[in-house]
Amino acid sequence: MTRRTIARALVYFSLIAATLVVLLPLVVVLLTSLKSEKEMANTSGALELPHDLLNFHNYVTAFQDGEMLSAFTNTAIILLISIGGTVLIGSMTAYAIDRFTFRFKKLVVALFLTAALVPGVTTQVATFQIVNSFGMFDSLWAPIALYMGTDIVSIYIFLQFVRSIPISLDESARLDGANAFTIYRKIIFPLLKPATATVVIVKGITVYNDFYIPFLYMPSEDLGVISTSLFRFRGPYAAHWEVISAGAVLVILPTLIVFLSLQRFIYNGFTRGATR
Amino acid sequence: MTDTTQKAAVEVIPAAPVPAPPTRRTRVRRGVTPWLFLVAPLALLITFTYAPIANMIAYSFTDWDGVSPELHSTGVENYREVFTRPDLFEVFWVSGYYLAASVVQIVLALYFATILSFNVRFRNFFKGVLFFPYLINGVAIGFVFLYFFQDGGTLDSVLSLFGVKTDHAWLGTPVSANTSLAGVSVWRYLGLNFVLFLGAIQSVPGELYEAAELDGANRWHQFRHIIAPGIKPVLALTVILSISGSLSVFEIPYIMTGGATGTETFVIQTVNLAFRFNKTGLASAAAVVLLLIILLVTWVQRRLVPDDKVDLV
Repeated sequence: MTRRTIARALVYFSLIAATLVVLLPLVVVLLTSLKSEKEMANTSGALELPHDLLNFHNYVTAFQDGEMLSAFTNTAIILLISIGGTVLIGSMTAYAIDRFTFRFKKLVVALFLTAALVPGVTTQVATFQIVNSFGMFDSLWAPIALYMGTDIVSIYIFLQFVRSIPISLDESARLDGANAFTIYRKIIFPLLKPATATVVIVKGITVYNDFYIPFLYMPSEDLGVISTSLFRFRGPYAAHWEVISAGAVLVILPTLIVFLSLQRFIYNGFTRGATR
Repeated sequence: MTDTTQKAAVEVIPAAPVPAPPTRRTRVRRGVTPWLFLVAPLALLITFTYAPIANMIAYSFTDWDGVSPELHSTGVENYREVFTRPDLFEVFWVSGYYLAASVVQIVLALYFATILSFNVRFRNFFKGVLFFPYLINGVAIGFVFLYFFQDGGTLDSVLSLFGVKTDHAWLGTPVSANTSLAGVSVWRYLGLNFVLFLGAIQSVPGELYEAAELDGANRWHQFRHIIAPGIKPVLALTVILSISGSLSVFEIPYIMTGGATGTETFVIQTVNLAFRFNKTGLASAAAVVLLLIILLVTWVQRRLVPDDKVDLV
């Protein structure tokens, strides 16, 4: 064996090892979710296969008792409104910053830029009081407002794209009598489609997975989103790993489907979103 | 608001075929239009970012409990407490585990990004596998790994396959619990670093590798002299994200241990102080300290690696 083949073998070995480390915990949870209560009590180990690979009993329990339907509905509402808002706000801000010169522009830009440095978790103590004073506490509006509020990443992504749209397009439209709003609506926004796709994906995944904000701002049980509803499994099902596992799989599954169908866009989105 | 009248005025202005010298009206119009676009974003930005920061700083000098109308100024008492009460300051040491984990994470991500940017079979499959954990819901990850570290759970079962019998309570002692949790965070966040590095490596022009190969450079040389300099900005970004991430760990330990057995992090403590023990004043001081540390780290990074890509305008 030459050195090169050994090196190649080692590369594949490391890749396979990494694959096992990533997939094993997930596969085991999938297997556990298909086991019955009795099996769980009698099995010798987590790696044992379930007797019946089509035993979806735990999924039914998790879905009904965990009120997953209302959780998915709440999540969908929040997703829809906050993503729509983020796209609108992000693109408008980017358009205004890139296409106009106005007084205090530097200050405005600095305000947005500095906000990017402030991690949301640190200011939550005081943000809570503000959300509360608007009467939004314990309503779907709290997370919606907070997700829309300060998404600097999306503003930045939009800004990159607005810049790449030639100004001559704006100018010729202006000569045809279009005002700034028409230009934004008819020219800029449609051309921002790739950026919009990126923002929708990145934001969508962040919102879908967020735990901190719904946990703090929506304690009511009927306002559970998928993270907080799943979190509540801890109490009643503390020892029932088969049901908890089913709940976890139910939450992971949509992410997996989206990931498999949009892979390429997702990688690009995150590369673009993070290297701001 | 005057905005509506301005807008109406805008619409009746006939389109000039040749850009006329700006009249007073068009100058006013140009002055107002951008603000119409910026009103909503700025209002949200100020309400949900700057107002909280200002309030937080104000609260941090009081003994407010977050509910009662009464609050008294206590000067720097809260800050003194944050730095001198050992039980409050201790949580910073927990960040050490996550910092160490970030080093492991960055090294692994660099390794995998490098080998997967060359021709490897099933490349897209491996890419997907490494990245996917980053997209999974944190609560689900918490549960997956609670089961993983259970007595007789995944880890114990795997170890017994290799003939290692353990009845080690993985989440039972502070050192092993924190190591386990930090391991989970490597599992979770490796993919993001990996994808960022991969993107950066792929933006290095391919001819450079070919030229290097002709010059007889091996993979290590290529990495050392082509890849490493090429991805320096992303590397710097990752380091800063890792440090501020390590300081503000919340989800995984909160979901898995609730902060028990010495796994309480700074953010868990702050959340508990504010929302469970109603010590809004003290919690605000703690949060201000965390914010200042993170801003300091960011500032140092910006000084060390001047990144010309951060210009927003």
